[in-house]
Formats: sequence, C-alpha cells, structure tokens
Amino acid sequence: MTTRIGVVTFPGTLDDQDALRAVRIAGAEPVSLWHRDKDLHQVDAVVLAGGFSYGDYLRAGAISRFSPVMETLIEQARAGMPVLGICNGFQILTEAHLLPGAMLRNNHLHFICRDQKLRVENAETAWTSDYSAGQEISVPLKNMDGRYTADERTLDELEAEGRVAFRYLDGNPNGSLRDIAGITNAAGNIVGLMPHPEHAVEPLIGTGRTDGLGFFTSIIKKLVNA
Amino acid sequence: MSLDTVKHAAETPDAAQPWKELGLKEDEYARIREILGRRPTGAELAMYSVMWSEHCSYKSSKVHLKQFGEKVPENDAMLVGIGENAGVVDVGQGYAVTFKVESHNHPSYIEPYQGAATGIGGIVRDILAMGARPVAVVDPLRFGAADHPDTKRVLPGVVAGIGGYGNCLGLPNIGGEVVFDACYQGNPLVNAGCIGVMKHEDIHLAQASGPGNKVILYGARTGGDGIGGVSVLASETFESTGPAKRPAVQVGDPFQEKLLIECTLEIFKENLVAGIQDLGGAGLSCATSELASAGSGGMRVELDTVPLRDSSLSPEEILMSESQERMCAIVEPQHVDRFLEICEKWDVIATVIGEVTDGSQLEIFWHGEQIVDVPPRSVAHDGPVYHRPFARPSWQDALQADDAGKLARPADAAELREQVLKLVASPNQASKSWITDQYDRFVQGNTVLAMPEDAGMVRIDAESNLGVALATDGNGRYAKLDPYTGAQLALAESYRNVAASGAKPLAISDCLNFGSPEDPDVMWQFAEATRGLADGCLELGTPVTGGNVSLYNQTGETAIHPTPVVAVLGVIDDVNRRTPVAFAQEGQLLYLLGDTAEEFGGSAWSEVVHNHLGGLPPKVDLAREKLLAEILISASRDGMIDAAHDLSDGGLIQAVTESCLRGGNGARLVVPDGLDAFTFLFSESAGRAVVAVPRSEELRFTDMCGARGLPVARIGVVDGEEIEIQGEFSIPLSELRTAHEATIPALLA
Repeated sequence: MTTRIGVVTFPGTLDDQDALRAVRIAGAEPVSLWHRDKDLHQVDAVVLAGGFSYGDYLRAGAISRFSPVMETLIEQARAGMPVLGICNGFQILTEAHLLPGAMLRNNHLHFICRDQKLRVENAETAWTSDYSAGQEISVPLKNMDGRYTADERTLDELEAEGRVAFRYLDGNPNGSLRDIAGITNAAGNIVGLMPHPEHAVEPLIGTGRTDGLGFFTSIIKKLVNA
Repeated sequence: MSLDTVKHAAETPDAAQPWKELGLKEDEYARIREILGRRPTGAELAMYSVMWSEHCSYKSSKVHLKQFGEKVPENDAMLVGIGENAGVVDVGQGYAVTFKVESHNHPSYIEPYQGAATGIGGIVRDILAMGARPVAVVDPLRFGAADHPDTKRVLPGVVAGIGGYGNCLGLPNIGGEVVFDACYQGNPLVNAGCIGVMKHEDIHLAQASGPGNKVILYGARTGGDGIGGVSVLASETFESTGPAKRPAVQVGDPFQEKLLIECTLEIFKENLVAGIQDLGGAGLSCATSELASAGSGGMRVELDTVPLRDSSLSPEEILMSESQERMCAIVEPQHVDRFLEICEKWDVIATVIGEVTDGSQLEIFWHGEQIVDVPPRSVAHDGPVYHRPFARPSWQDALQADDAGKLARPADAAELREQVLKLVASPNQASKSWITDQYDRFVQGNTVLAMPEDAGMVRIDAESNLGVALATDGNGRYAKLDPYTGAQLALAESYRNVAASGAKPLAISDCLNFGSPEDPDVMWQFAEATRGLADGCLELGTPVTGGNVSLYNQTGETAIHPTPVVAVLGVIDDVNRRTPVAFAQEGQLLYLLGDTAEEFGGSAWSEVVHNHLGGLPPKVDLAREKLLAEILISASRDGMIDAAHDLSDGGLIQAVTESCLRGGNGARLVVPDGLDAFTFLFSESAGRAVVAVPRSEELRFTDMCGARGLPVARIGVVDGEEIEIQGEFSIPLSELRTAHEATIPALLA
C-alpha cells in the first residue's frame, strides 16, 4: 500500500503544489486537502505548506488555525499523526498550540529570500530520521515573519528535551531566538520550520540542491515501517 | 444633486460640465457631443474622459505604434497579436505563453508601496484574462540618483510593494533591472512584467457576444480608491506645486488577487466563460465598453447592483473607480450557477450586473433610470488620434559631438585597477541582491534561473522539461544619445541575454517610457525609438506581441531619458541545458565572442569615472546578434559551454566580475592582440558574450564558431582566487566582492 501524504490548501496557501510535488518525488501518493473539508481522506501524514493564508491578515496563521480541516487535524496530530508545518504551516501550528512559541516580524523588517544553511539538531523525529544529528543542509528561506520567539522557560525546555530540530548557520537571518529555525513536539510527530525543504528536492530547480528531500523520505520510511 | 439621466442631458444641452477638470480638451468634448448628438451625461463624460486619456487611448503614440503591426517579421509562433490584453506565442508541445510589460510610474512616485504593488496586480490580471496561469513576474525599475534623499523614500517603498504583493500572490520574481540616474528623480520608472502559460485551446479573449449572456463582475468590492487613478495620473506632467494626488493611487489586496487567480483558473478549466476582461485603468468604464465594443451586440448594465465598499459612491465614481482585484466575465445563462458556485468556493464575491443585448448601444442604468447610452466603440476604440509635431532636438548634434573617446583614460595599470573597483562598486553596476532578496524567486517550484542571471527561466512542463526564459533591458543613456539605436540596443541586449541562458528568442513586449508628447523633442525621441524597435524586430524575426506606453514622465520642462524597455521571451526544449553565468569550474577556458571596438559613448565607464554623457552609443549589428545567439544556443544544447554572460553596460570586466563572484572562482585574463587593456575591459561594443568552455570541448567549440564566421578570442582561464589581467594588475575576489556587494545596502539599508 502506498503512503498517502496530504497537503492542505487554505485560501492564500502558495507552496501547496510544490509540497505535493515533493511528496510525489519522494515516492508517496500526494493528496490535496481543502480547508473547508473536515475529512482528511485517510492520509497517513499531513503537510501544512507555506504561503500567506488569509493574506497573513490579523496575524500569520491566526485565521487558518480555525478552519474546519484544522479541527480534525489538531485532534489527529495529538493522537500521533505526523504533521509537518513549513513557514506559514509552522505559523499555523504555533497558532493552534501544537507547537510552542510564535513568529514575529523579521528583525530587519524586510521579506528575505535566500539559500539558508541549517544544522539538523534532532534526527529522530518522524520528519528528520533520514538525516544525521549535526548534519548541515541548505534549503531556501523566504518569509516576512520568521523570527522565532518564546519565553525563556519554554526555550530552555526545548533545548533540554532536544526539541530544537534545526538551527540557522552562517548568520541568523531574522533574529530568531537561539538561532532556532525549527522545532518538534515531545513525541516527534509534529515538526515545524521556517525554511522550505519542499523547494530543495530537484537538482535543477531553485538552489540546485536536493537537501530538502530527506524530510519526505524520512516520513515515508517511518510510515512504511510502522 | 439630482441624477443626470440621458433624458435630462437631452433636455439641458447648455448645462456646464467639468470636461476640463476631467482632462479632456475642448475639441474632444465637442466630439463627444457630436457622437451622441447631445451633451453627455455626467456618467458618460466620466467614461469618455478616462477612456480617451493618454494612458487608455494611446492617442499620441498610436500613429507610431502602428509600425509594430506593419513591420511584422514572418513568425508562425504568434497566436494572438497586439490589441488583446496581452499577446500569445506558441512555444511548442501544445503550450502557449502570454507575456507583457506595463508601467506604473506615476502612482509609484506618489505612493511607492501601493503604486508598485498594484502595478504587479494589474499586469498579472492582464495575463490571467488571456486564459493563462501566471507563472513568473519581472521588474525593470529606474530611480533617481542613488544617493538622493528622495530615492531613499521611493526605492524601499517600491521594492517592499513589489515584494509585499508578488510574494503574497505566489509568483516567483525572476528578473528585471535596477537603474539609477538623476533624470528619473521626479519620475521613477516602475515597470512590471508577467509571463503566463496555457494550452492552445485555453486562450480567452475580451469580447462580449451572444445576446442574453450575462455580465458578471467578480472579485473585490468597488471602492473610492484610484478614481481617475492610472488614467488621469499617467496622462499629465507633475507640477511641483499641484495638489496631493495620493488618493488617486489604488490600494492593493494581494490575498484577494490570489483567490481571484485560483477561482478564475477553475472557471476556465470548466469552460464557463464566453469572454473575459480584467478591470485595470478606467475600471468598469473600460471593461464594459471594451467587452461590448469587441463583441457583436450591445450591453445593458444595472450599475446599482455593483457591490460597493463605500455605499455613498456616485454612479460616475463607480464607473471611474480603479479598485483592484476585479474581473468581468461574459457567461452563457446555463453556466451562471456553476460560475457563482466556484466563486463561492474561493470566497470571491460575484454579481450578475447586466447582460449582452442584441442592440448596438452600451446602456447603463442606475436604480431604473438610464444614465449611459453610447456606442461602445466610440468609447473604447474610436478615441482621438493625434499627429503630434516632432523634430530632432536642437541640442542633439552637440550631444553627439561630445565624443566620449576624448575622455581621459587611465594613465597606468594602478589607475586602471582603481577604475575597475570603482566601476563594479558604482550603484548601477553593484550587486542588487539587497533588493532582489526581498522577492520570492522559488515559489511554484519551477524556477531554473533567476536574477542575477542574464535571463529568468522557468520550467513549464515537469515531464518534458520544456521551459521559457525572459529578459528585460533598456538603456536610457544610449537612447538619449540616439533613440533609434538606443531602442535597438535594448532589443539586442535582451535578445542576447535570452540566448546566453540557452533559450531561443521568440517574441518581444515593450514598455516605452518617455516625457511629454506635447514636446516635439520628446515626440521625436518616441518616433525614432519606435522606428528603431520595429525595424529591429523585423530583422531579428521577433514580433512585438504587445506592450505599454508611458508618457508625461517629466517634471516641469525636464523629461526623463527616453527609456524603451524591451522584454524578450525565449523557449528552451530542455531546461537541463540552460546556461548559467557562474564560472563554476576551475580550469575552464574563457572565450570572448564578437568584436571589441573603442566604444565608450553612454558607457558605464564614462558615467562612473567622468560623469559624462555624450557621443554616440555602440553600433548595432543585428545580423551579428543573430549569429551570436545561434552559437550560444547551439553550444548550450550540445554541452560545449558551462557558463555564458552577455557583455553590455560595464563591458567585459563587469561580466567577468559577476561570473567569478557567482561561481566563487577567479580568472586569469590576457589582453588579446590588437586591443589595449582599457578598451578590452571597459568597451561596451554590442554583439558580444564571454563563455566558459570545458577543455574537452575547446576544439569543437572553436571549430563551430570558425565555420559560422563568428570571431572568437581565447582570453584566459577560470582559476584561483583573484581576477588577474596579465601584465597589468590583479584584484582578490574578496576585495571585488566587498566593493560589489556593499554599495546598495550602504545606501539603502
């Protein structure tokens, strides 16, 4: 049986097609999910893709978090279904309190689009097992509100529990606290990050690297072996 | 004030009307009265005034633009030509590509963020209205002097607006230009281009046919923003003392536009529209009159059904509003329910506002009373045509006689080295990544090449790897020295850039930015530039698919440099064969293709070192450009070159610096026989490129060039961590990088 990975489209989601393509390239069956539809259509995992859902109005991710699809998703994610939030998807996950913290406006106040070097800090989550701890990868980063923030206690907790999944290298691009680029929940099934692994899955496209493919091969292996 | 109905207008022929305030000339107002056989109603006057504005009617430029339709090269790629929202070109495998460049100059000066944002929004809807999915945008920009305080107001706003809108829309920004020149101080040029892709059978046209078909307005509600915006603003010269025109600039909502795109594409997929038009300049006046004019019958619109943001708007204001993110579709009655259903799915407001009639008039009603009764063609297509006087400016000869060849050249190698560093650090030649990093170039996952590459390139079919490339170029300094040659140089450079990326140039779009057409000097520049462009396109075999004219780019008596911006579209069968600019492999051989002469008129060197503009621009040889392009494309297809960079402003040293920094490798260069080091490095002779050839391909490559008669010279090798000009000087890459990359952030960040 092929692994089915869903990608949610909210109004204003932009990178859904890229995420679906990445799922296909990695070898799973991509399934489009619609924000108004509570049914997750028997997918084994879900990707919340990047973009500007609801135009980032009010606050990035703040409106999408209340979509019908999120009701089911929040419930299933709490029960252990793997969920990956990329960029706006990460913002939605924090708004939904599936991951702690929040994203503020970049400290330089500009949108930034560049190839970003990261260190994989936790290679044991559902989405990172194909990497090794300490591995350095490069994937595109592109956002306006990417400055990860949380209170000191939460940050200490994340560090102590090994839940900082990715850290920025060669310069913090947005003022994120402790150079945090992505985090995971304690169970390791929910991962969120600001950079875009789905843009780094083909040698010719984007930055010309395939460093992001590991997210998708990790989850497929995990689901197949489950 | 009571409603000015058609009946009322007929009964009160002598009522005073604000035609002058709306920008109409006396004879134009008289002509409207003649067409209608009575005075126009307030609503009719509003419609004519915006539709007959320079921006919408091209009344001053039309007689010159005609050439683009007359001097058409034989080219079977053209599917839809000039006159529609955008031209359409066949790129093979059943795909068609539509593309266009437009200006949003005046609004962007007044309100940089919204002006630039809605510029993107407008061009994207033009492309969408043709039936295509927009796949990429580009932005050719021109600002005043880099160190002028107002540039610091305008540029960051424009860049943030382009990013804020385009990024939220999900379109990769893959190219464009950023140029600084004091002549654009009060008139920045904010041009925006968009590419869209569709299958041949999906082409849609702006026409309203079939009596009984419904007219559906969908997208954003209509508000009071941008009333008389683009049309009136872009049709007159700024006076330094005039009233603030800020409210005339539209306000964009990119989220709404994203929904509009997805909703419209789903509607296209189910074949639900008979005709479609976006609402841009002149809003509903334009959409209803153009749709009706291009169709077979008339149209009846109930204006009070238009959803409003501000319920106090008058019918005249509703007709003139340029509120963004709106489209108008003609839909057969049996498809209306499904159409509205799809709009509901995407949370897009859609309203049936009228229907196509079997009459011949465009009739508009307001709460049951008729306020417009006009022949649609008279509004949309039969606007005034001016044969503006033009004459070669009295100062042109003196300008051309002021030869840049007489400027002092560097006395020794040390001074040459110093000038190289000065050049690559100058605002126009410096890295623009501080700007372009504010644009998303990765979204949609098909970007193969993006700035600072010679051309932007996107894959349009993931199975076959078919791709398209687009480059935009323009050089106002060249065009000021000689508008005919300047326009051809813009064309040649853009054509060369596309070929350097490995794609075959197919067709062009242009954005013609000039001063006031009421000045005979400016009109001469315009006439020369359009003639040069039309002749050039004929010779290169690249038809003009459409474009845009922006006049009145002047403050008081001072016009901008004539600035024709040319966008060339190319196709590449397999994007795996694209050629980047980076010198990525040490040991590869560097070849200079083409002839280098002592040509410095209008050059970057003359500007940066001497602050000089005079003489003649480089010579154009379009046959040579064609040959060079063929060589670049063949070499890319057959794997003979790994990098290519076109030579243009800044000359060879600029191109080599960019390619070295991008690849992270140095180069050792030798001045070829017959050239001095200065000319070798700084000449801006056209028809040239530098390529990196793997050693294993050297013989094959030089044989091919020899057989086809293209002069080539081996000038060095990719090697080390510095650029060395043998026997002259060397500069470490780190020093070049600092010089090249620090300038723009220092000025603007």
